Amino acid sequence: MATQDGASEVTTGNGDWQRPTAFRSQRLKWGVYGGATLFVLWSIVSLLSGVTLPRVLIGVQNGVLLVESMVPPDTSSANLERVSRYMVETIAMAFVATFTGVLISVPVAVGAAENLAPKPLYYLNRGIISITRSIDELIIAIIAVKAVGVGPLAGIIAISYLTIGFFSKLFAEDIEDIDMGAKSAIEASGASRFQTFVYAVIPQVAPRFIGLTVYRWDINIRSSTIIGIVGAGGIGTLLMRSFDRYEYDFAGTILVAIIVVVLAGELFSAYVRRRVQ
Amino acid sequence: MAVEPGRNWQRYDTRDRIKRLAIAVLAAATVLSSWLWLDLDLQYVASSPPELLDLAVRMYPPEWAYAPDIVMPLIETIHIAVVGTILAVVLSIPVAFLAARNTTPNRVTYAVGKLIVTVSRSVHTIIWAMLFVVMFGPGAFAGMVAIGVRSIGFVGKLLGEEIEEIAFDQVEAIDATGASTFQVLLYGVIPQIKPALVGISVYRWDINVRGATILGVVGAGGIGVQLFDAVDAFQWSTVALILIAILGIVLLSETVSARARAMVR
Amino acid sequence: MLETIDLRKVYSTGDEAVSGVSTTVEGNEIVAMIGPSGAGKSTFIRCINRLTEPTEGEVRLDGEDLTALADDEMKAARRNIGMVFQEYNLVERLTVMENVLSGRLGYVSNWAALRRNFPPEDVERAYDILETVGLADMENKRADELSGGQRQRVGIARAVVQEPTILLADEPTSSLDPDSSHAVMELLTAIAEERNIPIIINIHEVPLAVEYADRILGLHDGELVFDGPTDDLDKNAKDVIYRGEAIAASTADRDTTSQSGGTDDTERVVDTPSLTGD
Repeated sequence: MATQDGASEVTTGNGDWQRPTAFRSQRLKWGVYGGATLFVLWSIVSLLSGVTLPRVLIGVQNGVLLVESMVPPDTSSANLERVSRYMVETIAMAFVATFTGVLISVPVAVGAAENLAPKPLYYLNRGIISITRSIDELIIAIIAVKAVGVGPLAGIIAISYLTIGFFSKLFAEDIEDIDMGAKSAIEASGASRFQTFVYAVIPQVAPRFIGLTVYRWDINIRSSTIIGIVGAGGIGTLLMRSFDRYEYDFAGTILVAIIVVVLAGELFSAYVRRRVQ
Repeated sequence: MAVEPGRNWQRYDTRDRIKRLAIAVLAAATVLSSWLWLDLDLQYVASSPPELLDLAVRMYPPEWAYAPDIVMPLIETIHIAVVGTILAVVLSIPVAFLAARNTTPNRVTYAVGKLIVTVSRSVHTIIWAMLFVVMFGPGAFAGMVAIGVRSIGFVGKLLGEEIEEIAFDQVEAIDATGASTFQVLLYGVIPQIKPALVGISVYRWDINVRGATILGVVGAGGIGVQLFDAVDAFQWSTVALILIAILGIVLLSETVSARARAMVR
Repeated sequence: MLETIDLRKVYSTGDEAVSGVSTTVEGNEIVAMIGPSGAGKSTFIRCINRLTEPTEGEVRLDGEDLTALADDEMKAARRNIGMVFQEYNLVERLTVMENVLSGRLGYVSNWAALRRNFPPEDVERAYDILETVGLADMENKRADELSGGQRQRVGIARAVVQEPTILLADEPTSSLDPDSSHAVMELLTAIAEERNIPIIINIHEVPLAVEYADRILGLHDGELVFDGPTDDLDKNAKDVIYRGEAIAASTADRDTTSQSGGTDDTERVVDTPSLTGD
């Protein structure tokens, strides 16, 4: 079958038919596919070179040993007490960071809503959102630890930071979705800017605001469980320490605790969001 | 809303008001007690913005001379994301069929599918990376496996939901033409899930590029290794360069991912 | 020639959707199957190509008993039976051409199917049929961009490109507006004549059936209660098909006594239609 550029050409009458493509031409399509394939091959070769089957098998064997040393988890009362203390710290970090994060996010979100903010402000806030979303919170946590020292404050800074990118982006989208007709109607009645905001904007976005806050809190619980790995407080501190000391049975306890707390947070947040919406 | 005689009007009746107030007080009390529990001294908190600002000042100007040294680690970061995503997609296809109600063979397999999805998703990439570094030793391979295992749940869940949405009558029509089982899969099932599969994979790859930038913290490869070395050595201008580089590849992968997803409908 | 002998289908719920239907369809006749909702029309049609597995009885296509075939043999046999569906059942995300060519899947290898590489004569045939159904130049449109009437014509093209020896149409007009319904019926009758194959059409609208069919099959509660030329379908026959009984309807309407017996008497007692038939 003859190859043929220009997929949309009609070729009635000679038994020749080619599947149309979303690309401008068949040549471009194969170029993109070829390029992508080559890059993928490069990735595979460079990552797997030096990885031999015996090494993988030994790794799997190590994995089995690792799981064996984690089971049964350490349940000595002293360690359980430590886990629960650090877990409370973890959850407390999530609460505080959600609060501060959302507090900072609200003005950013309003500024990043195309229907409310003037253009320069809009681009500025969109830029802030893009940048905060691109750098992982662990990186911020490491830098924060250097700046303010080891402990939960560094963690709160990092988690608040990540909340800004996520929350502002979604909340700005919700604000953009509001019914502008209602806003004009309130304005037409002679209401002030502030009154318009209270009567036309807030009622429309309030349920989503609560839902997003709870959702973000749930994600922040996850984050605060691991952020201690770099010294920024919470249960991750214990996890890193147990790994460094090869106390894998204690690490097992911590992992189970993390999974339980994360799942409980998810269930709670799903429940609240169902109630609000 | 209760209508009271005498034309009083209130937004909420008394019971609603009390309930709403109680919830607000509870939420405030939780945050406040969390704050107290963490023992965050206000003075100490107040000193953090200047310190962060101080860091920012020391980061300027970025150490451009270091740029050639981070090209390969950046590419390695993308490699990790690419291969990790491929691993995840390959492994999650069977998981998705198990976790979809209309294709799973029985209740037990359904539960297994859901369990895999849940465990994969509730353990953070960095914890998976710690485990795989113990298994396979430090390096990009452990990081790739961590990215892959972490992504199985995400891809499996979304793909499973997509499989549950398949229009079975379209499949049946192909069946009625006398096509083989493989051909029915090819013409009846795959066209229905292909856009989702491509979209989810590319989207996850994009998330994984971000995830791969931090694997270095536990020695699992990628640009994070250089970043954390620089932070440990207090070379803030180098840190700034690496942060800019990370921003660059993340925004790039986001653009690629958005364009690819827009093309597949 | 298609022949069904005592074809019976009982669903796992216990509902008997088709109870012993025997009939023969041949030549290039247009056979319309009418009856109330739940009478088992769909089930009957689907039992012919075994999309629904019949419980008892035989389906003979040109002498071969389809009910006795193993799965892979049945797949081969399905190539000779074209089917048109009520909801068109096109694969929405494939193009018109891919949907039409999927009617040739039974004749190409899996590898060729994967590459969308069909023999030139299949493609040629597909183009011809698209022209016949009035969709020339639409081959690269996606199925979900088409209107209902256009989709049904693609559905017909997919069935016809199989070069079947019989065409089954399961409520092909129910999802269409009146104009498109007439267009589809005209198309189906033209195809039957041109290709000299019989068509069985399940149809809801009696006027459409009367206008286009040569012969009517009346199904009531799983039983064939009318089988004759369209001209014989009088008021009495319609009552038998749609009310179950012409004369004594008021007295025995709710009686659920199961019944046996021939296919052409009017002395029967019927219950309300079962829900599983369609």
